[in-house]
Amino acid sequence: MKGSGPGSREKGKDLLQIRNLHVEGFSDERWHPIVRGVDLALKRGEVLGLIGESGAGKSTIGLAAMGYAKPGCRITQGSILFDGTDLLALSETGRRRLRGSRIAYVAQSAAASFNPAHRLLDQTVETVVAHGIASREKANRSAVDLYRRLQLPDPETIGFRYPHQVSGGQLQRAMTAMAMACRPDLIVFDEPTTALDVTTQVEVLASIRNIVEEFNTAAIYVTHDLAVVAQMADRIMVLRHGLTVEEAETRQMLASPSQEYTKTLWAVRKLAKPEVPADDYLLTIDNVTAAYGRAVKVLQDVSIKVPRGRTVAVVGESGSGKSTLARVITGLLPPLSGSISFAGQALSKTLKARPKEILRRIQMIYQMPDNALNPRQTVEEVIARPLEFYIGLKGAQRDRRIGELMHMVEMSETYLDRLPAELSGGQKQRVCIARALAADPELIICDEITSALDQIVQEEILKLLMRLQRELGMSYIFITHDIATVRAIADEIVVMHQGKIVEQGLKSEVLTPPHAPYTERLLSSVPEMDPDWLTRLLASRRM
Amino acid sequence: MTSYEPMAQVHRLRRSRATRAKTALKKAPFSAWFGILVILGYVIVAVFAHWIAPFGETQVFSEAFAPWSQQFKLGTDQLGRDMLTRLIYGARNTIGIAVATTLLSFAVGVSLGLLAALYRGWLDQILSRAVDVLMSIPSLIFALVLLSIFGSSITSLIIIIALLDSTRVFRLARAVGLNVAVMEYVEVARLRGEGPKWIIAKEILPNVMPPLVAEFGLRFCFVFLTIAALSFLGVGIQPPTADWGSMVRENATLITYGDVTPLLPAGAIALLTVSVNFVVDWFLHATSGLRDER
Repeated sequence: MKGSGPGSREKGKDLLQIRNLHVEGFSDERWHPIVRGVDLALKRGEVLGLIGESGAGKSTIGLAAMGYAKPGCRITQGSILFDGTDLLALSETGRRRLRGSRIAYVAQSAAASFNPAHRLLDQTVETVVAHGIASREKANRSAVDLYRRLQLPDPETIGFRYPHQVSGGQLQRAMTAMAMACRPDLIVFDEPTTALDVTTQVEVLASIRNIVEEFNTAAIYVTHDLAVVAQMADRIMVLRHGLTVEEAETRQMLASPSQEYTKTLWAVRKLAKPEVPADDYLLTIDNVTAAYGRAVKVLQDVSIKVPRGRTVAVVGESGSGKSTLARVITGLLPPLSGSISFAGQALSKTLKARPKEILRRIQMIYQMPDNALNPRQTVEEVIARPLEFYIGLKGAQRDRRIGELMHMVEMSETYLDRLPAELSGGQKQRVCIARALAADPELIICDEITSALDQIVQEEILKLLMRLQRELGMSYIFITHDIATVRAIADEIVVMHQGKIVEQGLKSEVLTPPHAPYTERLLSSVPEMDPDWLTRLLASRRM
Repeated sequence: MTSYEPMAQVHRLRRSRATRAKTALKKAPFSAWFGILVILGYVIVAVFAHWIAPFGETQVFSEAFAPWSQQFKLGTDQLGRDMLTRLIYGARNTIGIAVATTLLSFAVGVSLGLLAALYRGWLDQILSRAVDVLMSIPSLIFALVLLSIFGSSITSLIIIIALLDSTRVFRLARAVGLNVAVMEYVEVARLRGEGPKWIIAKEILPNVMPPLVAEFGLRFCFVFLTIAALSFLGVGIQPPTADWGSMVRENATLITYGDVTPLLPAGAIALLTVSVNFVVDWFLHATSGLRDER
């Protein structure tokens, strides 16, 4: 395992060759194919991007590159040659010796992958010491060096912190350092920045790219974000339903995708709607300040006007107070000061004090449809309850209305009997929308409702919401950190940072320069489909 | 939007409750089947005790401690009552009381526990501290004290054991309820304006059923053992009512003479306990979503 000196690291030699890979997963009492015959080749120092919608098998291939299949999955066919050895022919012990030392893995959620009870440094050097590659002191020194190269703050001391004491972006970089600790030949990155804000994402992308180049490490980069993969990969492979759709050099792939499916992936980001200025205001928030307990104020002096039948997008990174704003409007968190009025009437601060009629008129849709739907209630029960509760519909009338609502969200009535676990992510979100619509509301608060979905589904949901707004004339408050979503659906934009409003106004005003400094930073951090974007951005920020 | 036309016949994908139960039973392991059959057997014996038993529950014959014979299949006890008859009636009394006690303790413990989980704050504090106080006293001794104060009628026996047992149920229900109460679908229900009754019964309870049912099976066994222990100590079910615990105590001397008869009621308790646990294990395995790795 030692002796991988500089000579063996020249770019150009074949490192990984996967041939005719088949992987199956076990569910509903039988084996289903996940990957159905994928070939893949990777040279030393090369970065390959795997993209596709969820369920395309990209993470499974990423793991298979380490000769590993998740519990409940099995590799049924094919060969995985890593530097000349067939991983599938090796014993489990043999594979374990390779993992960590020559092949490393960076998972999507660093927070879930670190042991909260140990310091970062101990976890970073663990594999090095366990594989006997270096002594603990030497490994610690080299870990500090890695922290510095990954541009972590205070590289000398950050290793002595525990995982909860650093931010999400820093943790993701620490995890990259952990993967790099043994100077592996291959790293598998499984959506490493998906859980991060755009502003943090840029920093993590830049440091990952630098270090991979510096050590000439080969990498497989799994993501569903095309713009991100454009920055990171030398080559891109598009996957769908466990099959390769198309594979090409990044620039060529971006310029002229040959397959129909790839073209639809590329087209996703072009949804947009013209803004319509306000004529009548539905909700007015005046100088609202709110805090959890007596501690730090999460919202400071926030004033927003929501026009009737329009969409106000509230943008900002996590911790900016966006979701707290939603809690204040719905009455879950009574504000310390300030007032809210809805359709001309003052809105009670607490949920308890609000009459049922007001509750009906303000509905909310959540980020994670998994958590927002009771796993023990069928779709029918979910949609029927608001109809019974608010409107008092019963029997045939109720059933007819349920059918109408399903039709509105473009779902077949055959789904009425299903439990949430039997639906896809997009379908669950549609059920949540139908539940909100059942109350016949005037205002719907959408809290990051598309961020847990992949791009094609996101687009469908956004189109659905836009159509419903045209037909039913509801107002939306759309909380998001995704600028592409904002471009697509907003009439007005509110930019929030650390509990304060930084900028607000019509979409065209906010999105055209000159920007407030924070808006500028936020907008410039959104990855573009140009492979040189990250390089240019970093150059311009360094100036 | 195209106009909406209701579908004539909605194709139902979900199988009915009965067929789902049938497929689950078909896949049940041997131990679960064994448990189900034994429990069924006990229930039948308990319900039809009057017709199955050869003699009356308190019918006394002239010969005490009679050996096993044609007339008295399992001999007679210290007063000359038929052992087999007492064993059969014992099933009715002991199991009946155990079921009533467990149901009562769950009704109290689960509803208070979920209320505490939903509202937290002062309600949770009061209930939880009260439970802590009750739990700090060893339950068997506490039960002995209470039973000697209120007298050991069957009603007070049920209420006292149920209340003492409900403390543990409360803790479990509160703990699992807390995890569910923070879910967004509970928030959705609160935002809709639902009252606590709906939220607890429809939103929280169905999602905490698996651990509660598992606990129900275990608690049932413990109640069973507590009653047997109390009867053995003489404050449980009072004579002449037949119950397994006191049957062991009253005939314990026979063991000295190498007679296994007093072990039979003890064996009856053990068999039921094991069977209930088999069924609970199967239920837990089936609902926890754990899959055997293959």
